[in-house]
Amino acid sequence: MALLVVEDLHKRYGKEEVLRGVSFTLERGETKVIIGPSGTGKSTLLRCINRLTEPDRGRIWLNGEEITSRRTNIYKIRAQIGFVFQDFNLFTHLTALDNVRLGLIRVKRMPRREATERAMRELARVGLADKANAYPAQLSGGQQQRVSIARALAMDPKLILFDEPTSALDPELIGEVLQVMIELAEAGMTMLVVTHEMGFARSVADEIIFMEKGVIVEQGPPEVLFTNPKVPRTAEFLRKITEFYGESS
Amino acid sequence: MELIFKWEWLPQLGRGLLLTVELTAACISIGAVLGLLIAIARLYARGPIYWLASAYVQFFRGTPLLVQLFMVHFGLAGWGIRLTPLLSGIIAMGLNTAAYQAEYFRGAIQAVKRGQTMAALSLGMTRGQTIQHVIVPQALRLVLPAWSNELVYMLKYTSIVYLIGLPDLMGIGRTIASNNFRFFEIYAVVALIYLALVLIITFGLRLVEAAIRVPGLGTARQ
Ligand SMILES: Nc1ncnc2c1ncn2[C@@H]1O[C@H](COP(=O)(O)OP(=O)(O)OP(=O)(O)O)[C@@H](O)[C@H]1O
Ligand SMILES: [Mg+2]
Repeated sequence: MALLVVEDLHKRYGKEEVLRGVSFTLERGETKVIIGPSGTGKSTLLRCINRLTEPDRGRIWLNGEEITSRRTNIYKIRAQIGFVFQDFNLFTHLTALDNVRLGLIRVKRMPRREATERAMRELARVGLADKANAYPAQLSGGQQQRVSIARALAMDPKLILFDEPTSALDPELIGEVLQVMIELAEAGMTMLVVTHEMGFARSVADEIIFMEKGVIVEQGPPEVLFTNPKVPRTAEFLRKITEFYGESS
Repeated sequence: MELIFKWEWLPQLGRGLLLTVELTAACISIGAVLGLLIAIARLYARGPIYWLASAYVQFFRGTPLLVQLFMVHFGLAGWGIRLTPLLSGIIAMGLNTAAYQAEYFRGAIQAVKRGQTMAALSLGMTRGQTIQHVIVPQALRLVLPAWSNELVYMLKYTSIVYLIGLPDLMGIGRTIASNNFRFFEIYAVVALIYLALVLIITFGLRLVEAAIRVPGLGTARQ
């Protein structure tokens, strides 16, 4: 069984049906990129995967365990799924080190010493060991996002979800975050990434999922989607987005 | 008309001052703990708990403090619950300031960005852990300026407890004044002592604010 299995996911907000039957799988070590127009339900999909948002219908399995079952301990599941937000969401009142350490100490109940060592290793991994004592407001957007990736990594996640991790960044800061993500993919991390960075999608993704209006329109390896998509709408969207965002990575 | 102030009145006023400070400290602390719980109840609870917390705030903010004090001290006595004036004062004023502090806390908690909760939950923290380790520490920093004002108000409001017979700063002042027919001088001195206390508290809280200030988490004063 794949590491992550999503089956027929539905979610509505009031009258609006945001997810209308989304199904896909993610193998261990795989990176999939989700693209699609604004308001299509990409963020909702990611939030349903760790049940920050409760799906209305459909089932999700992580590592063979059904996340959507009432009997699962959702806190245990969330601790195994990293989440990287568009606007970082670092804890404002904590230093970079404490941001990375908090989950280790409070959720994993790791002794403080050990948690500190682990957190420092993760900060070093994203190139920010020297910023351990800085508060989020003292870091650039790119640095904040790298700390938030370190925070996710420290929990030893089976999978990391990225929701437009570079969309809030100034163009000159995007590269440093993408670089960290590329290294993660190469190191074998399983990742599901919502992004408009077509260069990243092309070079790193094993598969691209194109979503529109709450359904998956098409999915496949980047070479196929970029050169020979089955659905005309996919080609049109890819052309537009590449024009708009370029391939600067 | 000559102004007369006798230095031997000072030790008496000092005892009153001590009581005022103790009373203020006691009720502000009770109010802080209770107020925080009420704020959390109003924000996160549903059903009867939410309803009770809201009614509490409405009642204590919607009725005069003096009425509340008399209800606790004389009203309860009518039911056979006789409290010492000090206990009545602490309870009535503690319950009262809890309602105001609850509203300050509630505002501050709401000012903590929603993404902070999402991030905490995404790490596997429970709602309780999120409130304890992420929301409250930020909210307390945000609330401090408003909370400082409440502390100053409470200090001044405690001056009504002389009406239930407590020898606080105001009560002692009143006794000395009427025994010696020196109203202006005594009340002026009493006022100056309150003023000094307010200035000390304000200054102290600014030090606290500076000590716990975190860049980017505004406790900024205008
Ligand atoms: N909490 C919510 N309450 C009500 N409606 C919501 C909520 N979250 C999302 N929506 C609606 O669901 C739809 C899909 O939103 P979602 O954020 O998942 O889209 P998206 O594909 O991530 O878009 P974007 O590219 O702009 O981030 C939108 O119309 C949005 O307004
Ligand atoms: Mg989105």
